[in-house]
Amino acid sequence: MQVYADNAATAKPKKAALEEYTRVAEEFFGNPSSLHSAGQRAKEVLTDCRGRIANLLGAEENEIIFTSGGSESDNQAIESAAKFGRAKGKTKIISTAIEHHAVLHTLEKLKKEGFEIVLLPVGTDGIVKLEDVKKEVDEKTCLVSVMLANNEIGTIQPVEEIGKICKERKVLFHTDAVQAVGHMKVDVKALSCDYLALSAHKFGGPRGVGALYVRKGAPLYPLIEGGAQEKGKRAGTENLPAVAAMTVALEDSLAHLEETNKRVTALRDKLIANLKKIPHSALNGDPVKRLGGNVSFCFEGIEGESLLLLIDDKGICASSGSACTSGSLDPSHVLLAIGRVHDVAHGSLRLSLSEETTEEEIDYMSREIPKVVEYLRSISPVWRDLQEGKRTYIL
Amino acid sequence: MSLYSEKVMDHFKHPRNVGVIENPDGVGEVGNAKCGDIMKIYLKIENDIIADVKFETFGCGSAIASSSMATELIKGKPLKDALKLTNQAVAEALDGLPAYKMHCSVLAEQAIRSAILDYYTKHNIPFDPELLKACEHCEEDE
Ligand SMILES: Cc1ncc(COP(=O)(O)O)c(C=O)c1O
Ligand SMILES: [Zn+2]
Repeated sequence: MQVYADNAATAKPKKAALEEYTRVAEEFFGNPSSLHSAGQRAKEVLTDCRGRIANLLGAEENEIIFTSGGSESDNQAIESAAKFGRAKGKTKIISTAIEHHAVLHTLEKLKKEGFEIVLLPVGTDGIVKLEDVKKEVDEKTCLVSVMLANNEIGTIQPVEEIGKICKERKVLFHTDAVQAVGHMKVDVKALSCDYLALSAHKFGGPRGVGALYVRKGAPLYPLIEGGAQEKGKRAGTENLPAVAAMTVALEDSLAHLEETNKRVTALRDKLIANLKKIPHSALNGDPVKRLGGNVSFCFEGIEGESLLLLIDDKGICASSGSACTSGSLDPSHVLLAIGRVHDVAHGSLRLSLSEETTEEEIDYMSREIPKVVEYLRSISPVWRDLQEGKRTYIL
Repeated sequence: MSLYSEKVMDHFKHPRNVGVIENPDGVGEVGNAKCGDIMKIYLKIENDIIADVKFETFGCGSAIASSSMATELIKGKPLKDALKLTNQAVAEALDGLPAYKMHCSVLAEQAIRSAILDYYTKHNIPFDPELLKACEHCEEDE
């Protein structure tokens, strides 16, 4: 059996999106900046897509710029707010310890440039506390950046409330909604955000395309210099087929959002309940305030990459926050932030479901994963020590 | 194209000499301070020859495969040869490891050395102090 359970990394593209991609690539190949009719027809499609995406997010058409994806959108939002802040002598940025690297590495760079970066901790539930946000926001603060949903443990942050705090204190607010858009209701007005980043490949669109919502009046500077595309805020000939495919993917996701979420959440909870039966295991992140498709576990006494490879052998595609999968030798900063110690974070597994996930797939994973965990424990000296009482169980 | 060579995958999926030896003559356990992988080696020694070897590993595909390959390389060999085993030799025997995974194969070399030193120490056998260096290194890594 083949089970694709890594939709948080990249979701399988929707058929309708792929069809739209080829249709637009074939029929509207003109450059939207060209004055001839082929160019103008392409431009019409671009404008139409912008309006539709804006509409789906509760934004205005001129508040959406198209980018190459989540990373670029995050970078541009943060860099813009920082540049604007610095000009006014405001050099403090508040974010969280569980952000995606697209945010964290941008902040690290700004730190080297003299910004004060405050990364708020999260509780063991993987959720940031409003009091912490309130405490930290001050006159020096130019930006607050808090993700809407976490990519590893799926936890949903109180972004609406944080947005209100920022609005009251007149501080710019960015939210990385890459994991949320297409999977939950996202309305920029309700979130009171100044910037919001999204990426098409997380909701069935193509890779390498995304968007940044920028509230009218919020500062925005280009990261890429060149032509006057995207009102001079993002140079480069627009990836029109990808933008059109993203638009269709988002419309399709949101058209079925409620029924999809109801079904996927039930499957998620079934899988969680089944994996919880594995002794000395734990779910990562709040069991309720989480994305409908996110299942994240730690299994004590084993390492995640070996787990991944063995379940891949059984046809299950997943991911892990183990130090051995990171390339950096450190386990996931998100798992450490929710209080998982290094050894425990080493044995992590993320399964991310989609609307295509079936009951049979859940049953299959529920059957096969415990077997692999048991096997890896049987060859683990750490598990032996735990069993023999030479180490104490953490989970 | 997969992350690992076929040989790595073979040793990872079908590890040789996995398990424990009851009343072993030498035991070595080392941990990798960087990634957190841990490997344990059990030795049965007869006439300065490794009569039997078993391992247990808490770690990634690369760590498990290099444990398996390392035990194959030293089984039936004189201790002095086993002491010369390097992580490069283990990696080569596996048809190579990705560069950022090389540190996982160091464990095998260190665990074997540490198990042999344990044997020497327990049996009051004098040994080349040069070996102690390797051992300090192991402890450092724990
Ligand atoms: C929360 C979050 N932010 C940003 C990104 C980066 O998006 P992209 O891959 O489109 O650059 C991702 C995806 O990996 C993500 O999950
Ligand atoms: Zn490793």
